[in-house]
Amino acid sequence: MRKAIVFVVALSLVASFAMASGSGEEAPIKIGVGGAHSGDLASYGLPTVNAAELVVEMVNAEGGVLGRQIELVVEDDQCKPEVATNTAAKLVGEGVVAVIGHICSGATRAALGIYTGEEVIVISPSATNPPLTQSGEFPTFFRTIAPDDAQGQLQAQFVAEELGLTSVAVLHDGGDYGKGLADFAQIALEANYPGVEVVLYEGVTVGAVDYSAIINRVAESGAEGVIWGGYHPEASKLVGQMRSQGMDTLFVSGDGVKDQSFIDVAGADSEGVYATGPRDTSANPMDKAATEAHLAKYGETPGPFFMNGYAGTLAILNAIEAAGGDDDPAAIMAALRSENVDTPLGSISFDERGDAIGVGFAVFQVQNGQYVQLDN
Amino acid sequence: MNFEYFFRLFFSGLTRGSIYALLALGYTMVYGIIKLINFAHGEIYMIGAFTALIVAGALSLTGMPALAILVLASVVALVYSSMYGYTVEKIAYKPLRQAPRLSALIVAIGMSMFLQNYLLLAQTSNFLPFPDLLPEFSLPESWGGMVNGPQFLIFVTTAIIMVALTLLIKFTRMGKSMRATSQDKVMAALLGINVNRIISYTFIIGSFTAALGGILISSYTGQINYFIGFLAGIKAFVAAVLGGIGSIPGAVLGSIVLGMAESFAAGYISSVYEDVFAFVILVLILIFKPSGLLGKPEVQKV
Repeated sequence: MRKAIVFVVALSLVASFAMASGSGEEAPIKIGVGGAHSGDLASYGLPTVNAAELVVEMVNAEGGVLGRQIELVVEDDQCKPEVATNTAAKLVGEGVVAVIGHICSGATRAALGIYTGEEVIVISPSATNPPLTQSGEFPTFFRTIAPDDAQGQLQAQFVAEELGLTSVAVLHDGGDYGKGLADFAQIALEANYPGVEVVLYEGVTVGAVDYSAIINRVAESGAEGVIWGGYHPEASKLVGQMRSQGMDTLFVSGDGVKDQSFIDVAGADSEGVYATGPRDTSANPMDKAATEAHLAKYGETPGPFFMNGYAGTLAILNAIEAAGGDDDPAAIMAALRSENVDTPLGSISFDERGDAIGVGFAVFQVQNGQYVQLDN
Repeated sequence: MNFEYFFRLFFSGLTRGSIYALLALGYTMVYGIIKLINFAHGEIYMIGAFTALIVAGALSLTGMPALAILVLASVVALVYSSMYGYTVEKIAYKPLRQAPRLSALIVAIGMSMFLQNYLLLAQTSNFLPFPDLLPEFSLPESWGGMVNGPQFLIFVTTAIIMVALTLLIKFTRMGKSMRATSQDKVMAALLGINVNRIISYTFIIGSFTAALGGILISSYTGQINYFIGFLAGIKAFVAAVLGGIGSIPGAVLGSIVLGMAESFAAGYISSVYEDVFAFVILVLILIFKPSGLLGKPEVQKV
């Protein structure tokens, strides 16, 4: 008797699947949105939901992709790896072809354990942890944000190629962010630019009353430039004290210093300081249009990673269209890699590992009390 | 061995030591008189810097010459901070004078947190640029490379303050009363010394030197925020203990030793270990001389 029931249930399940695939031409294309939508980090995750909704609304109004409407399935992972696996399983169960998300690197990594086996394509707007793409473990993973080590590599390249230095001092504040950035810059210099010697690698004490000892060391080491990993309060002290010692050593730093308060505090000493930071896209007409659409629908300016989420959604819809449908993940991934798509971040495509080409950091320099993007 | 590098480190150690000394003097004087570690002392340093910043900002709108701004802002800041020191003593420490020493210590820590957060709320949590008040002047060639104008001003000021304080305590009537109060409060009172007034004077003088340190170092580093007093206060406290808490020459010597140790450790070993080195020296000195370099061993009364 029980066997008979199981048989009937199984049969009806198979039938329902058959019906679903039979009416496939009419069914919507399902795209998942996973990320932190509640909890402490909700402010990082919700802008991406808004971005996906805005793009999908726009595309659906124009008739959808290949004549099919797009349906979003939004699931919360609270930025917690243990929740993210459940979120991923739910989205897979809903039959999504791709996921925009997740937000936090740790949660993304956990969720990828589920998606990879199911060949669900994942495009994260914000997971910057380098191994997600570089390890090669997650072939279906893409991202529309530059990885953490991109700044270090850009700094190394800038110091070696644009400034043409042969010796640099790498200083950091000992914190996760600052030391991480300094380490990436040092690794990139040693690996790619053997002509540049790292003559000093040092941590400094945050909040100390005086940095003249470490500055004397920089002078003694003969470094032509300093790469600083850390935030702006120490940077302005270091630059100020270097200049008052009469040193004109170049100063190159990251997005922790690319902040107007650095210029306010360091004053005239900040002139000529270089800092890497996310490429300024506010002049891009698509960026302006997306901001206006957000203002019109939600009544406020978009939050963090909104443009990255917007670009990711555009990229996946474009790739599905180019691949001619949502039933072949390999074709969609090939399209993501080969097709350039216009987004608020500029015209982007993805490299073999899944990092976006054309998205990333630029070098800025303080000129007349303003950070100015250098075109390089 | 590179002598020029050595002397550069020497002078940067001297600068640090001088700053610590201006703060350590306040710790050591207060401890000498009422046996209290005044943890709110670093905050007086910070308040001095903030007041000078506000006054200098207002005065610079009038287009006064820089030197006049420096003098006026410093005078206002020094008087204002001294009043803070006086008030803190009156409302927080005086009522607890007969209480166990531990209670007063906890109140001092509370006062420190209160002042920090009060400044945070009343002003801002951001770093603010501090105007370059110290006159930039170049020293003779032979000195030129090793020490710059502001550094020179800092240690000259510290030397003057130290000599003045020593003279005050050794040769004036007030100094004599301070020494008497420090030795035995009850006996001093019996001899007609107004102990409460002497304690107030001590707080005022200590706050004055701390605020002076705040103005000098903020002008030198060019930035302040509400938290700068904490680390500087802790370091100065260490310096005072190192030199022998309660002793004025000890506080200065301890500060110079600490500043030098940090500077040479950063210059020759690694600046990551700057604090480690400073505290290793503290531990070593206290192992061999528990009362500090110039401290008098305390006789335990049985």
